[in-house]
Amino acid sequence: MTLEHSLYGPLSDPAGNAGHQDHPPRVGFFTDTSVCIGCKACEVACKEWNAVPEDGLNLLGMSFDNTGMLGADSWRHVAFIEQQRPLGHQDPGLSELPTGPSVAEAAAEVVADALRQTERGGGDLGTAPVDLGFPSFQLPGAATGAETRTQFRWLMASDVCKHCTHAGCLDVCPTGALFRTEFGSVVVQQDICNGCGYCVSGCPYGVIDRRHDDGRAWKCTLCYDRLRGDLEPACAKACPTESIQFGPLDELRERAAQRLDYLHEAGVPEARLYGHDPDDGVGGDGAFFLLLDEPEVYGLPPDPVVPTRDLPSMWKHAGMAAAVLVGASLSAFLGRRRR
Amino acid sequence: MTADPGPRQDGPPQDGQRRDGRRRGRRGDDGSREQLAVPRVKFESYYGRPVLKPPVWEWKIPAYLFTGGLSAGSALLAAGADLTGRPALRRATRLGGFAGLLASTYLLVTDLGRPERFHHMLRVAKPSSPMSVGTWILLAYGPGSALAATAELMPPQLRATLPGRLLQAAARPAGLSAAFFAPGLASYTAVLLSQTAVPAWHGAHRELPFVFTGSAAASGGGVGMLFAPVSEAGPARRLAVAGAAAELAVSRLVDRRPGLVTEAFTTGRAHQLRRRAEYLTLGGAVAAATVARRSRLAAVAAGLALLGGSALQRFGTFEAGVASTKDPKYVVQPQRARLAARGQ
Repeated sequence: MTLEHSLYGPLSDPAGNAGHQDHPPRVGFFTDTSVCIGCKACEVACKEWNAVPEDGLNLLGMSFDNTGMLGADSWRHVAFIEQQRPLGHQDPGLSELPTGPSVAEAAAEVVADALRQTERGGGDLGTAPVDLGFPSFQLPGAATGAETRTQFRWLMASDVCKHCTHAGCLDVCPTGALFRTEFGSVVVQQDICNGCGYCVSGCPYGVIDRRHDDGRAWKCTLCYDRLRGDLEPACAKACPTESIQFGPLDELRERAAQRLDYLHEAGVPEARLYGHDPDDGVGGDGAFFLLLDEPEVYGLPPDPVVPTRDLPSMWKHAGMAAAVLVGASLSAFLGRRRR
Repeated sequence: MTADPGPRQDGPPQDGQRRDGRRRGRRGDDGSREQLAVPRVKFESYYGRPVLKPPVWEWKIPAYLFTGGLSAGSALLAAGADLTGRPALRRATRLGGFAGLLASTYLLVTDLGRPERFHHMLRVAKPSSPMSVGTWILLAYGPGSALAATAELMPPQLRATLPGRLLQAAARPAGLSAAFFAPGLASYTAVLLSQTAVPAWHGAHRELPFVFTGSAAASGGGVGMLFAPVSEAGPARRLAVAGAAAELAVSRLVDRRPGLVTEAFTTGRAHQLRRRAEYLTLGGAVAAATVARRSRLAAVAAGLALLGGSALQRFGTFEAGVASTKDPKYVVQPQRARLAARGQ
């Protein structure tokens, strides 16, 4: 373990790096989205156990995702992606139906435009209700009828805080409220947080946010209290399909690799792992995923990098700029003595 | 249905009305064993939603960037004026610098979600957090600035008393200590913004320190020109011109950085604010180098223009960052390009 890997790069033992001695193995989540059925039991269990407040009973007007995104009041978020996905070389004979293709994309356009007009561009989803301004009595897509259904698939994925090996939120927290637990997870101490909001911008995944009526930052704790009581986190406990798997990270990575091989052999070539690689920009995630499409389709950044990677370069440039300022000030007085 | 093995063309011309964040064709380049027989789905984002959280900071943070820079620039001028015997300039910049510090403190504390817990910043000194580093810089800078300004405000009848004499004696070391920490105060705020996942701020991390110190020098010079007589304000004018030149030149470099993220600076509200900042700064600098040497009125006008330019520069930079978090294209496209460059 080298010093540089405290900020960036592969780091085998983040808890030890943070000063924990004789700590338990690093634990995390492996979320296998290929078996997610979109039941949202994880969202509910998380809210129940952690007493996360209600964040508005939104109907976002597209898909079955009415949570929006992770935020201060949504620590699990099930994404629903309705995709047009024709079968390989076959023509299923559905494309000629008179009513045309799925309306998912059109609906998404409308909602995305409305979201952009809201104050924080939709960033409030997951924290508070967002008024998109369209009263409607119809279910999304319901008016088009079953006969219009064409070639599409559903992707569902339960998103969560990644508990990064190199956590941007943790690095920038100026109060020490965010800390690395003995389990390798990243947790906010609510009695310390003063709501500076730096972690919100420090997170390359857009996970943590400040709660409006409270002023402090909140996010998934990996159920720190349950872990200390030898219980698994509430979401994993509630997941009926084992889509959310909890355990020691090494074990989960092994299991994920096996699952990936299995899916590839079973004819699901688009299956891929996300966040499992200790060599990636955040040193690997404590919560990683098996996805069936590009990460950005699920609202995940394709190649996140912890901002701290460039910290030495930033301070170097700031130092040069400070030196130039000193030089300019000196020459302002020494340059011409006549005035 | 045809197999489509290459990067897919999405019919660019008729695509003009679509948000460019939504479509992009690339496939089979991500390590998956996906066959290239299926047309690409058109999403590259989750329903066009942002990937990142927009900063929760509002106007108070860019305002602080301005007042902090102003305070630092003024402190440097004050120390120089003290050492070279320019009492009016010294008085103006010491007081201006302290006013900037007071405003900064107010803005920083009230921007917190829990202002009553501001002192929790003092629990730790954390090198990986520029906000923690900045807290300690401010804490080191503050007493010197405050003491020097208090000495300026002391009523004449108290000067002969013992506390008065002590304060007078302490004023110069205090002012010098403030000047010692001032360059840090002026430049750390650039790291504060860059050390985030906000694409526009992080992407410009090499340039921002120079924009910010230039802006600090210009605003400090502006304070000197505003409140000190023309005869003593020479160094203020020279510092203002040098700072304005650096700010203008480097902020142009920001506009020309390669990559999509530059768009966040060159479009929308950020662009408008930064363009106005340029006009004001340029006008102020030109006046500082010419008419402000003779006319007090012109000096005041130039000083105000420089202050305005410096403030708008900070707000413009801030807005660019906010805009770059609201559109997923600023996150997804550069990261995709990075992966492609690595051959993944």
